Amino acid sequence: MNSVETKDVHLYYGDFHALKGITMAMKKNQVTAFIGPSGCGKSTYLRCFNRMNDLIDGVRIEGDILIDGVDIYKTNIQVDDLRKHVGMVFQKPNPFPKSIFENVAYGLRVNGTKDKKFIEERVERSLHQAALWDEVKDKLKKSAFELSGGQQQRLCIARALAIEPSVLLMDEPTSALDPLSTAKTEELIHQLKENYTIVIVTHNMQQAGRVSDHTAFFYLGELVEYAKTKTLFTNPKDQRTQNYITGRFG
Amino acid sequence: MAFGTTSSQHKSKKRSQSAAFFIFRLLSFSVVAILIVILGFILIQGISVISWDFLTEMPREGMTAGGIYPAIIGTLCLVAGSMIFAFPIGILSGIYINEYAKDSWFKRFIKLMTNNLAGVPSIVFGLFGMTLFVNQFGFGDSILAGSLTLGLLALPVVIRTTEEALKSIDDSFRIGSLALGATKWQTTSRVVLPMAFPNIITGLILSIGRVSGETAPILFTVAAYFLPKLPNSIFDQVMALPYHLYVISTSGTNIEASRAMAYGTAFVLIMIVLLANLLANWLRRYFGKKVKMN
Repeated sequence: MNSVETKDVHLYYGDFHALKGITMAMKKNQVTAFIGPSGCGKSTYLRCFNRMNDLIDGVRIEGDILIDGVDIYKTNIQVDDLRKHVGMVFQKPNPFPKSIFENVAYGLRVNGTKDKKFIEERVERSLHQAALWDEVKDKLKKSAFELSGGQQQRLCIARALAIEPSVLLMDEPTSALDPLSTAKTEELIHQLKENYTIVIVTHNMQQAGRVSDHTAFFYLGELVEYAKTKTLFTNPKDQRTQNYITGRFG
Repeated sequence: MAFGTTSSQHKSKKRSQSAAFFIFRLLSFSVVAILIVILGFILIQGISVISWDFLTEMPREGMTAGGIYPAIIGTLCLVAGSMIFAFPIGILSGIYINEYAKDSWFKRFIKLMTNNLAGVPSIVFGLFGMTLFVNQFGFGDSILAGSLTLGLLALPVVIRTTEEALKSIDDSFRIGSLALGATKWQTTSRVVLPMAFPNIITGLILSIGRVSGETAPILFTVAAYFLPKLPNSIFDQVMALPYHLYVISTSGTNIEASRAMAYGTAFVLIMIVLLANLLANWLRRYFGKKVKMN
């Protein structure tokens, strides 16, 4: 079953044609990785899925994007509802200047949950899911800024999981982390795909190889090749993919 | 040449560095020195009249004796009144400009006008206040007219402070909040404003300092030459510290006799501004800590 599906998506920043007709489908409970050199459009494409591009002036999008079968650019779609359904983790950990507990509870609170007990349970469960619970269970009231970079990133993952999205977008989630934290985060991605559909943008091809089931290679706003990760890395069909993964450019 | 030895080139580099630092230090110290001299001068000249009675008594004998109680109360009324107008309007405008307004000619126009407003001489505010509030609206010379005029004067400061405080909040916090399904207003009120709060508060209190020392805007709108009683309503006139200082130094009944009282009044006025600044500093640190904890 497809969780995310796009048909002939074009995106323009003013006059700049950033995405050139991208058609692809991402399967449910699988990890899909986007790779490609800087500026190839992979992050821009990812941000279409929760309409974060709406925040940028002068962006125009054509084509259809369906999340779990729903066209998310239809006029009757509430953007905040969509973003509850499609969570996102960013490149740089961005916890709020609130306590660890309040960071995870934030998404529930802004979406109207008042039940204290429910919030407490959900916060604990999300921290467990993000493999952070044991490290923070005794200091939930402490500021999130006291955590290390890797812990902060896992807190941001917990924060995204707390509102139970079905799709989790990760925009280079480990590029600001040390190798140990990166390994932990990758392990986490493995566990999370049981319950979530994950789309991850990465600069690191080894990472794409380690965590993903499918990989898509983007170049100059085009989807060049999309295949099973093993196939793409061992037997690329397109010369440009071959050049990129063998390190001849990028 | 090995490390650790001193060449002549090295020496001359060091010398010019210490010369530069000496000049910087001297100049920054001279700024402090000027302030100390002003404060010391006023304190020495005015200390003889500063007493509990000076702060709590009505002026007597043609303002050559007694205290400045009504002027202190008057200034406090005007500060409070002007802030009631300037804070909500200024803070909300600042939020609108930085968080909501799209980058368009309209936003640039508002910002340009705000900056121009900040550059208008205060006597012009005074004339404007007299024409509009005192005469046109018929408030007469009153706390209301004076507060509105002072409020207008403080408005650009409040707007700019709010705007700058909001601008310093990294966009990643806004994006993080929006990505969790928060609305724009939830993001602004729950994440951005609490973070910007310490800096906004500081700006507000600094604008209080500015307002409490202004003379020109209250000249035609509220300030009384001599009024040895407290106001009963916002439609009453009051005495105010800066205007009182002006009066007893230039057009009092006996300028020589009230010289010491003038310095005493100046001292009180400066202390109010100084205390406001200290309070601003303390609040910023207090809330700065609090924001991180919650």
